[in-house]
Amino acid sequence: MKTRLCYFVLGYIVLGLMLTGQTVLAQDVLIRNSTVLTITKGTLANTDVLIRDGIIAEVGSNIRAPRGIEEVDGTGRFLMPGIIDAHAHIAISRFNINEGTSPVTAEVTIEDVVNPYDIGIYRALAGGVTTSHTMHGSANVIGGQNETIKHRYGAKDPDEIRFTGAPRTIKFALGENPTRSHGRRGSQGAGGIVPATRMGVEQVLRSSFENGRRYMEAWDRYRTAAKTDARAVPPEYNDRLEIMAAILRGEILVHCHSYRADEIMMLTRVLKDFGVDKITFQHANEAFKVAPELAEFGASASVFADWWSYKFEVYYSTAYNAAILMRNGVMTSINSDSGELNRHLYHEAAKSQRYGGLTDDEALSMITINPATQLGIQDRVGSIEIGKDGDVVLFNAHPLSVYAIAEQTYVDGKKYFDRTTDPDDMRIEISPSASFNSYETQITGRDHIHDENEAIDFLTFFDVEFDAGSTSTDSKNF
Amino acid sequence: MNLIITLVIAFLSVFQVQDQEQKARQGTYAITNARIETVSDGTIENGTIVIEGDRIIAVGKNVTIPAGAEIIDGTGLHVYPGMIDSGTSLGLTEIGSVAETNDTNEIGDVTPHMDALTAINPNATAIPVTRVSGVTTVISEPSGGLLPGTAALINLFGYTAEQMQAGNVKMLVLQFPVKSTGRGFGGFGGGGRGGANNDPEEQYKKAMEKLNEIWDRAELYHKITSAYEANPQGKQRPVYAPEMDAIRPVISGERTLMLKVDEEAAILAALEWVKARKISNVVFSGVSEGWRVADKIAEAGISCLVGPMLATPTRSSDRYDRAYANIGLMADAGVKVAIRTGESENVRNLPFNAGFAAAYGLGKEAALRAVTLAPAEMFGIDKDFGSLSVGKKANLFISDGDPFETSTNILALFIDGFNVPMDSRHTDLYKEFLNRDEGRLKPVEVRPADH
Repeated sequence: MKTRLCYFVLGYIVLGLMLTGQTVLAQDVLIRNSTVLTITKGTLANTDVLIRDGIIAEVGSNIRAPRGIEEVDGTGRFLMPGIIDAHAHIAISRFNINEGTSPVTAEVTIEDVVNPYDIGIYRALAGGVTTSHTMHGSANVIGGQNETIKHRYGAKDPDEIRFTGAPRTIKFALGENPTRSHGRRGSQGAGGIVPATRMGVEQVLRSSFENGRRYMEAWDRYRTAAKTDARAVPPEYNDRLEIMAAILRGEILVHCHSYRADEIMMLTRVLKDFGVDKITFQHANEAFKVAPELAEFGASASVFADWWSYKFEVYYSTAYNAAILMRNGVMTSINSDSGELNRHLYHEAAKSQRYGGLTDDEALSMITINPATQLGIQDRVGSIEIGKDGDVVLFNAHPLSVYAIAEQTYVDGKKYFDRTTDPDDMRIEISPSASFNSYETQITGRDHIHDENEAIDFLTFFDVEFDAGSTSTDSKNF
Repeated sequence: MNLIITLVIAFLSVFQVQDQEQKARQGTYAITNARIETVSDGTIENGTIVIEGDRIIAVGKNVTIPAGAEIIDGTGLHVYPGMIDSGTSLGLTEIGSVAETNDTNEIGDVTPHMDALTAINPNATAIPVTRVSGVTTVISEPSGGLLPGTAALINLFGYTAEQMQAGNVKMLVLQFPVKSTGRGFGGFGGGGRGGANNDPEEQYKKAMEKLNEIWDRAELYHKITSAYEANPQGKQRPVYAPEMDAIRPVISGERTLMLKVDEEAAILAALEWVKARKISNVVFSGVSEGWRVADKIAEAGISCLVGPMLATPTRSSDRYDRAYANIGLMADAGVKVAIRTGESENVRNLPFNAGFAAAYGLGKEAALRAVTLAPAEMFGIDKDFGSLSVGKKANLFISDGDPFETSTNILALFIDGFNVPMDSRHTDLYKEFLNRDEGRLKPVEVRPADH
């Protein structure tokens, strides 16, 4: 472990020199006298926060500065935990978001296609976001596994941006996307594949879980038998069913793309029947309609602040969704699903004050401790507490103000963004064949692409590796 | 929270001066003792504003309130001119992915005779959702192709196009060809999808050739038709060409050309083109790389409808905040600017776009102008719209604070003097579902029939 750490530190020093000209890369910092929004322990005025070896070591007043430590004057500023995006598609190498070849592809994983070069990581840091749950697409009922990353921008090895220790998660999807991608598209061509309806989606889920349960039981029987019987024959190994079994054992958390209240209820019934008790509904535009049921199940929701009407299943939506869910006791986070929105999640969370009057703490919890809990990393991040990771962001004003600007962002106590020294070009490596300064389509609020089949468009961030003429984008895809 | 609810309820009871059915209604209203942001003449503390019919008839500190006026106590509250979004597709689109509900894009690249006002649905669900945020007026524009049609300025209340149309403002939309990459617009001169036959330079050249050919024809058509109209005697009547008819008022200078352009190279090309074609009545729209050539735009004296701010930078090599900062940098260089969201169902984010613009360099005062008086001036309707002064249209709203802040509540809204209810699908669903099971009794146990 020690040597590994040294290796990283050395790596960072070299990278840092190459990238930003920074020479000091200590994971120690003392942020003095800011208003500390701890999230879990209230708001502390004029408070110091000491981060040592990348971990929050002390929170209090007049902390004695360790020798040689970098001190940051936080006077008049607001310090909050690094923002967590429970639904992103950044840092994924191009065209690798949606294994849309079958309604069930549990075995594939975003882990294999993590791309640390994505400028989107840096842009997210500039909005105070330090962790993203970067997800598989929604073409399949059971899509692929996702990856939780830390925004250690500058790393070239995909392994260096993984959130080590974060639980595995998997993407499910209900409704229009899987039915369109398989059943309906197929029915216009060479034969449809179930599902074409929400009924079909349920049966795909039930079959997968049942097969997973039988597979798990077969292996359990074999392992028991093998203890006493050297000639016991193991069941045939199956990648896909291994994952289903892991979900049943609670080792993989389910994050389900969903919109309508009925399909949300359907999944809670299926999960109940198979003994799976943890679920986060992603998007969940109609979750507010069944908020009491979700609260009773213990389900959580990760929603947009205000996106609606871009497709039929979000037509009967309300921007008050998050507030209704929170008021009904459903743990809720606000996510981006967008390389644009994830740069201002603090603003997205703030919209819950206009749409439902949530308190400051409630609004901020939806981009910190709540998404952390949904990702199973709440013991590490999501609040400013002693012993937690030194992931923090310093704002020039209260982060729920529309005028707030993130000034500095730290991951593991290391400063990855500083507005005062932020240079223009923050790309890590530029392909010699790329046009240096090519114009790109902007991602805007109009780009309601979400994580659908067209979600590859988000990866236009990474076009430096490609000739502009050979890239494929279409801002008109929804 | 309880305090907020109590306040909101208190305000609701004050402002629900409509009929029980909560219909929008004109009348005589006096908003008293409020902080009035006139935009044109500074801030009036503890002021009164009187609305009669569709107009503001008095604004100031010492104002005589007409007998019979309905009084709205504005103590501690703010009054602002209704916000104007200078570029949306509101009313033309109902559900993004459902083609049958989208009327923005007619067949063909050259359809300047398509009139947005024709297809704007006065009952679009997104219209009330938008106006309750204080946005009273928007440009709604067709899109797709080179000349997609004519954009219109509409007020966000009314049952017919005639009732909604604001200030008779219409603009001819031109999507200027994309220059350097051919990527991105998915339409004319854009949408490069790779492959040898899709060379962006070749595409741009073709697009410009087509634009110039059309404009040559339009100029000629204008000349011949004008000559015929001046004196039809002995002349053959020109063949009817609706496309050319739609371009004529731009050539004659009577109608504004809304030239949509974003990238630096295309902006420069557009400046040249507009000059060469002697088009005097023109605004640029989008202009996301305006900051790169702001001095040149300022020099040409062309006003810009800029946005959205809430967008990623146009180049990977750009500073992360370029889209936020663009409009401020342009204003610093002397360009006249207004804000557009480019949105349809989320035009309600206009004040937040303005907030980001303000924070990243434009400043609060200029940002407020950019969503009120500045566009009214650009559209030539500032005597009626964009500020709070006597004789202007009563397009305004009452808030409990800075409308750009997310924590601020918009409490009442007047459009054309109508006191419009603060309801929308989003508030209706909130009211229904916040305490969904309130009033639900425990179910009575049902026993088998033959027990």
